[in-house]
Amino acid sequence: MSPQHELLSLRGVSKHFGRVIVATDLDLSVADGEALGIVGPNGAGKSTLFSMISGDLRPDAGTVWFDGNDVTGAHAYQRTRAGIGRTYQIPRPFENLTVFESVLVCCHQGGGRRGRDAADRAADILERTGLRAEANTAAGRLGLLQRKRLEMARALGTDPKLLLLDEVAGGLTDPEVAELVEVVQGIRADGLAVVWIEHVVHALVKTVDRMLCLAGGRIVADGSPLEVLANAEVRELYLGGGPESATADEETES
Amino acid sequence: MDWFNAVIQGLLLGGLYALFATGLSIMFGVMRVVNLAHGDLAVVASFLALSMVNATNAPLWVAVVITTPLFAVLGYLTQRILLQRSLRVGPMSTLVVTFGLSIVIQNVLLKIYSADTRTLGGGGFATGSFHLTNDIAIPYLSLATFVLAVVVIVAIQLFLSRTGLGRMLRASSDDPDTATLVGADSRHVYGIATAIAFGTVALAGIMMAMRSSFDPATGPSRLLFAFEAVVIGGLGSLWGTLLGGMVLGLTQSVGAQIDPALTILLGHLVFLAVLAFRPQGLLPGRTA
Repeated sequence: MSPQHELLSLRGVSKHFGRVIVATDLDLSVADGEALGIVGPNGAGKSTLFSMISGDLRPDAGTVWFDGNDVTGAHAYQRTRAGIGRTYQIPRPFENLTVFESVLVCCHQGGGRRGRDAADRAADILERTGLRAEANTAAGRLGLLQRKRLEMARALGTDPKLLLLDEVAGGLTDPEVAELVEVVQGIRADGLAVVWIEHVVHALVKTVDRMLCLAGGRIVADGSPLEVLANAEVRELYLGGGPESATADEETES
Repeated sequence: MDWFNAVIQGLLLGGLYALFATGLSIMFGVMRVVNLAHGDLAVVASFLALSMVNATNAPLWVAVVITTPLFAVLGYLTQRILLQRSLRVGPMSTLVVTFGLSIVIQNVLLKIYSADTRTLGGGGFATGSFHLTNDIAIPYLSLATFVLAVVVIVAIQLFLSRTGLGRMLRASSDDPDTATLVGADSRHVYGIATAIAFGTVALAGIMMAMRSSFDPATGPSRLLFAFEAVVIGGLGSLWGTLLGGMVLGLTQSVGAQIDPALTILLGHLVFLAVLAFRPQGLLPGRTA
């Protein structure tokens, strides 16, 4: 399929910081409305991948296509306006804005809405992300779950076609994760494409159509969630990455 | 009664300092830029108004109405063309760039207007006053400047809290990277902030020119007052800047009442005391 027919397409993307390689000749595509989960050990280059998609970072080589356009050289704000919404792994609320104002800014800037329309949209998003009760709370005073919700609410405010979720379930309790999964499923029902980086694998399995495993800056496995989780290399790299297997690895190396 | 008079005059003088310091406060609040050319910009506005009045004999308010928006546009362009480049490099480089701008402005003014000391004649408005009591006379100019300062600060606060653009400024002030990520063009945001700063400094420059004499080298000493007002009030808070200006004006005025030689010194001492004992300022910043 040519890049023009996919919502998001990365072609031959590479990135390194000094000697640390975070992406090597990566190819990745996401279709309209698709939900893709990304797993991988820490330092696999997952968040860097998001940064290159959202425009925080430029790849050293390769191109990023979004909605039929080459956005490799586009600013982060331009990509947001084009329809790429992103959440941060560690929530970064606007400390001095209220929750409602935070989302309103996004509807206004990223979503290009004005006045009443922007305010209605912001209120609607707060309702859907379960933040209505906190609408007038300063964003800096929210707890972790609410901050994660606010990250999603802000990203939704920009009217995205593609939503990048960076470990939104991390650090939450199981019931909280379940609530978030519901919110994400609601978003999916609207036809938004979602790319979700997550260590909480059971949350992913319930939500995504396709999963890929990233390690050392390359794609190790790509397929349905169950296929990927059954993959031997993935099991060794990621799921079996506990203390025992790490020791075993060291022994075989030496 | 002399003391009471000194307090009143000092508070009114504070309005001028606050108006002048507002731009410095905004640029710092939104962009974390300390504009060392701030005082010189006020002097440019003074000279510009003087030239307009001299050349056309137009009333002074016409000069105000033309200069302020002109400065706002200049501010937007200065940000986009000059400051934006240095912002990418880091805070030190913006400091050096604005310092350079300050030197260039002073020398260009020297070239055009010579080193002569000037005053801007405001007619009866600038020298007239009304009597509150037999002993206390309120100059129209001081009162008008004070009212103007309050109106400007209220207007900017309303802009920041009620408009989309204002909220964007506050969001960028909180976290510029995230603001960019939700779709705000930081260059435009910074341009708007600088435009507001330049517009207010033009107003302050003209008000100052009616009050006291100026020459091309006056800028840096004026910058110091604005800087003191911002720091006393608390970085990043406009209400704080108003309060800081009033504290500074009050201190200077009361100092002058004790001994005219103490006027400036006492202001500096209060500034130092605030830095030493309450470095966050009297009303530490909420936003922008």
